[in-house]
Formats: sequence, structure tokens, C-alpha cells
Amino acid sequence: MNPATAPTMQAPPAPSAATREQPAAALPRLLAGIPASGAMTLEDHLTVHGEMPLTGAHRRRQVREQAATLIDEVQRAGLLGHGGAAFPAATKMRAVASQRRRAIVVINAAEGEPASLKDRTLLEIVPHLVIDGGVLAARAVSADEVIVCACESAHAGIEATTRAIAERDQRASSHAPKVRLTTVPCHYVAGQETALVSHLNGAPARPTFTPPMPFQQGVARRPTLVNNAETLAHLALIARHGASWFRQVGTPTQPGSALVTLAGPVARPGVYEIEHGASLSSLVAAAGGATARLHGVLVGGYAGSWIGAEHLHGLALSNEHLAAHGATFGAGVVLALSELACPVAETARLARWLAGQSTRQCGPCVHGLDALATSVAQLAAGGGADPEGVGQAQAAQRVDRLASLVTRRGACGHPDGAVSVILSAMDAFQAQFADHARHGPCDACARPAELPLPARPVPSGSQRTGLRRQ
Amino acid sequence: MSQRVRVNPIACEAHGMCAELLPERITLDEWGYPLLDEQPLRAAEVEHAIRAARACPTFALLVTRERDAARGGSR
Amino acid sequence: MSTVLAASAGPSVYWYLTRSTGAVALLLLSLAIALGVIDVQRWSSPRWPRFVIDSLHRNVSLLAMVFLVLHILTSVLDSFASISLIDAVVPFVGSYRPFWLGLGAVSFDLLLAVIITSLLRQRMGFASWRAVHWLTYASWPVALVHGLGTGSDANTAWLQVLSIVCVAIVIAAVLARVLRGWPANLKIRGAALGGAGAFALLLALWLPGGPLGSEWARRSGTPTALLSHSKATTTASTGRR
Repeated sequence: MNPATAPTMQAPPAPSAATREQPAAALPRLLAGIPASGAMTLEDHLTVHGEMPLTGAHRRRQVREQAATLIDEVQRAGLLGHGGAAFPAATKMRAVASQRRRAIVVINAAEGEPASLKDRTLLEIVPHLVIDGGVLAARAVSADEVIVCACESAHAGIEATTRAIAERDQRASSHAPKVRLTTVPCHYVAGQETALVSHLNGAPARPTFTPPMPFQQGVARRPTLVNNAETLAHLALIARHGASWFRQVGTPTQPGSALVTLAGPVARPGVYEIEHGASLSSLVAAAGGATARLHGVLVGGYAGSWIGAEHLHGLALSNEHLAAHGATFGAGVVLALSELACPVAETARLARWLAGQSTRQCGPCVHGLDALATSVAQLAAGGGADPEGVGQAQAAQRVDRLASLVTRRGACGHPDGAVSVILSAMDAFQAQFADHARHGPCDACARPAELPLPARPVPSGSQRTGLRRQ
Repeated sequence: MSQRVRVNPIACEAHGMCAELLPERITLDEWGYPLLDEQPLRAAEVEHAIRAARACPTFALLVTRERDAARGGSR
Repeated sequence: MSTVLAASAGPSVYWYLTRSTGAVALLLLSLAIALGVIDVQRWSSPRWPRFVIDSLHRNVSLLAMVFLVLHILTSVLDSFASISLIDAVVPFVGSYRPFWLGLGAVSFDLLLAVIITSLLRQRMGFASWRAVHWLTYASWPVALVHGLGTGSDANTAWLQVLSIVCVAIVIAAVLARVLRGWPANLKIRGAALGGAGAFALLLALWLPGGPLGSEWARRSGTPTALLSHSKATTTASTGRR
């Protein structure tokens, strides 16, 4: 059974005959026609989606025109990045295309976010759609090489993609960009753009200082287009069916569909395809409903935001709607926390895990996240010996101060994300934090952890930046 | 054209010389790392900023030159 | 022709200059090492901020190089011992006390690498820059032994006092560098301590039978043609004391 299912998230579902020329507007799109198990073969892929466009042209001018047309189409479709930052895809492509040296395309399926499964699922089930996107992007930016980056532990995805590349090699023309697969480490920050490029250049997978940005100088110092695997899968469909088709679902500011990874106490956790703006309740319903009452839901991933149970009713999954709750769609993670868990203990564990996932290159991140984790642990341990709660008030103040000391002072967004998720937890679960302040650890603190926090070793480079001896 | 100070947080090792040489714009946090005021430098400050950048043992401090309209210029 | 003139005129001004600039260079190098350790240990005070210590380290090092270059130039210009510019960078090919003079070239070569990489530091990786920078710790003992072996002043009080001061400064610096943060990176620290101790021991064993012993000028490789001059100038210079 495939971990991903393909429900329609619009109500009511409108079955219409999907033809290659005019596919149904409704969902599923990325997950259309997927087999019950295993990956879609090239044949099935071509049957469901049709031939990949833009393969015919060989003459330079024609290729350039087609490239410009494709980027225009992507712009009109309003495709945003699906790796978390929601950066306009066409803008990125134009930036790479305007560089002088020959570009290279990187398909980012590193997926260091532990709670996210969508990218490896795409590789497992629809590798051809992802690779199509990569090849089309390569044509758009005049790249001659496409590198698929999969997390080392995504064995099924790696296997399926390897077979898919072999299948395509048999049919590929000499003009087609070369496609190859590389594995990358699985730690949290490994999928960050510059960290990924660094790894592809043979260095440890740790972020680098910018400028230069990857679109200027990336892999082998060439202009590099790094796109999330899902973004490119959408691109593969936009190239076939056009911008208007793409915009038929979703919201005006966030058009199209998206994959979400639903985790936590629901009957069928896994990867679902929804349209942007779909309601959380319809997603949970499609997953067979919740199996427990919830404290709240973490939206976006471990750099995202917690939303307390009282706000979940009527919550819609798009940046527009989530903004009111201080959240963003992010990498499409929707992680529910059951009422049985202790949100304070989970937050303390999460803070410590995030501190451990720092690549330790920047002082404010190393020290700040460590101090943050210590302070949250103090808040979790509570004021048992401190009835006035003085220590607790100080710890809370310290968290606020640390937030400002750490934001925008690292080479990547990791410290910012960590601070944001911790602060949102303290806000969403105020009652529980206050309770801990007065009475110390609760019964639920001892329960096994619900948040997936796998041990993921982080590469160390030179030990220049360690905890400073003052 | 505006000039600003910027720090490469990866190269920075908290030596703290920048804060000594450009206290108007740079203070140190509790761990010894620089907190920068990234507003455009005044004319009189530029020379001190450049001196501070030269003094940095790891070349972490940068004086950037940007066109006023958009950020993200080159050194 | 010039040798005869030198013999009759006594030791030239270059001879004095090369010895004095050499001594000053050694002292400055020792101070630069001490300042380098103070710098890397991030010591500072309100009156001695970090940037002052760091600038001092850089400037004293450059000044040491200036005196070193003067030392080399004056030794070449001095007609007594026919040392050429090549001998300054290529060790052991000279005719005057080839081994001991050659050590000077070795020390100079190491310092050249250190100074050039430091001036071009921005273009290097940090790890490579630091590895080369540590060559300073090697160049100093080589310079010291060169001075004791090549010079004619090993028996003089001023050089002995100066050498003891330099040795004390550098030993203190090395101990401070190695012991702070002990036992992290134990292998390197242990090797550094061991190397320093071994050098001190070897120096103590060598000196009495070496430069402080009799007929060092002959034993160290002074060309025979110059030996009588050497004796004469040594007694002459000590005689002036």
C-alpha cells in the first residue's frame, strides 16, 4: 500500500473524464493514476500525463524561445517553491537563466525535516514526474545536467529514481540534459540550499555564507537552480497543461495543489494532496479522522508554528489564512499533538533537538539555541522548588531575549526557525506552561515522545567555532 | 550609494576587535559575538569601518557597497 | 685585496651591524611569538584592547623581518666572510661556517612563508594559514642556534644575557600556549611540550662543548684563510669591552 493516497480535497468531488488534452481541474494532480504499490513506470507515466513537452527543439533560437515561454508560463501560474520558503519559482529560474556560465539543476529531495515525507514519497511513486520537472527546468535555464538529491535513508525513493533514470536513458536524445542521482546526509539543515550545494561540491553539508548565492555560483561554481522536488513536479504539469489549468485550484495568492504530510493521532497518517486553502478538518477527515483529542497542531515543520486546539476549527491551509495565526504553510507538515502528550515536555525536547541540529558554524546559533533549550527545560522542570515562580519568570524573559539575540544572526535560517517554533509553542500552550511554572512536571511529561526527533549526526568541520572560552 | 557593515557569521570567531574599533555600530553580545547596526554608515565612519574590517583576524567583518535602491550588492 | 684592507682596518661597520641587527631580529621574533600567544589567547585589558595586541603582534613581526633583512644585507655587504645573497635563502651552500649559517637561511625561509601567507591571508583557507603560521615555532630555535653557532659573540655577556632573555620569553609563551586548555588536543600539546623540552636539553648539552668551548671558530667551519682574522677580531672586540 502506498503511503500516499489520492483523495480529492474539494467538496463535493466532481468526477470528470480526464483526457490528456484537458485534464480535470480537480485533484489528484501529482498523485494522479498512481499504482497501488511501487513506482509509476515510464509507460504509465506517459499514459497518465502524456509526453514531456519541449523535447523537439534543437536549434538554439528555438530552444531559447521555448525556454522563455516556459518561464513566462510558470510565472503566470504563480508557482511558488514547495521547500518551505514559498519563493516564486519563475523568479529563481530567471535569475539562473540570466547568468553567463552554463547552469546546472538540482532537484532537492533531501527532506531533512523529520516529520515530512512528501519528497521521498514523490521519488518513490512518481519519479518520472519529478525528473520531467528537472529536465524542463534545465531547458528553461539552459542547463546541461540535472542532479536528483535524495536523503541517504530514503531507500525506496533512491531505488525507484535510479530505475526511472535508467528507463529514461534508453529513450533520451543526445541533446537531453544528463540526469543523475546523488544521496545526501539526512540531518535537518542538509537540505538548505547552500548546504546542499556545499555537499555536491565535496564539502560537508553545512550552509555557506552568501553572496555568492547558488544561482550565481553553486555546484562546480556554476549557476545552480535548486528546486524542491515537489516544485518541479508541479512544473512538469504546468508545462503540459498550462498556467490557467494550474490556477483552477488553490487560492489566488497560492494557486495549485500541494502535498502535505499529516502526522500524529489520525487513523491514516501519511502524504495527502490538497489544494491550497483546503480546510484542516477536510484533511483530517480524509485521513480517517482523529484518533484522540488534540492539544494543537504544528504547521509547516520544525521551523513552523504551533496552533492551539481552540483555533483549529475552520483553519484553512494556505499562507493567507495561516498568517492570522502567525503560521505559514512551510514544507507542508501538519503534525497533530494528542491531548495525552505534554506540550511543554515535547517543546523542551524539540528545543534540545534543534540545538543539536545546528551545524555549529555560527556563534549566535550555537550559544543561542543551547541557551534556549536550557531555558525551556527549566520551564518544563517547573517551579517545584520555586513557589514564587521567580526562576520561571526569569526563564521566560530569557527566552524572549534569546529570540532577539539569535534571529538573523546565523548564516542560515535554522536559528530563526527554532526560535519561532519555540515561541509559538509557548504562546499556543500558555496554560500548560503556566501550570508547569506553578507545579512542576505533570504526569504526561513521562510519556514517550510524540514528536519524531530522530538522532541525526551533524557533520563537523574544523572546530574553530566551538563554545568560546571567555 | 550606501555602505554598511556586515558580518560573515561563519567566519566570525568572536575576537571582538571590530567592537573596539567601531563602537558606534558594533557591540558584543553576552557570548562575545558582534551585534551590528546595519544602517548605512555616515561618511566619517567609513574609514573606521574599513580599519575594523582589516583588523578582523578572520576577515569576518565586511564593509559592503550597495546601490541604495536594492539590497544585496557586492563588496 | 679587500681582505687585506679589512685586516688592516679592523672589522667593518657591516660586521657590527650584521651582529647587532641579528640580535635585535631574534629579540623581536621572540617578542612577536609572545605577542602572538597573548593574541590567540584573547587576553586584553582596558588599556590594552584586543586590536592593540593584534596590531602589536603584526607590527613587531614585520619589524623583526625588517631587521632580519638588514641583518642579511649587512652580512652580504660585509667583505669579511664572503656571504652571498643566495646563502640567505639556500641553506648550507656557503663557504663560511656552512652549517650554522645555513640554519639562518632555514629560519629565514620559514619566516618568509609565514609572513607571505599572513599578508595573503584572505586568499587562503584558515587551516592552511594556521599550519604555516605554526612554522614560527620552528624558525625561532633554528634562528637561536644559528646566532650562537655563526656569531663570534657566544662568549660575550651581552649575547648570553640576550639569549637567556629570548629563551625565557619563548619558553613562557610556549608553556602558556600549550597549558591553557589542557588536555584538549593532547597529542599536539604533548608533542609541543616534548619538542620544547628536547630542544632545551639539546641546547644545554651542546653549548659548553660548542660555541662556549675552545676553538669554536675553527670547529664551526670558518674558512682557514679567515681564521687568523677571526681570532684577531674576536680578541679585538672583546678587548674593547
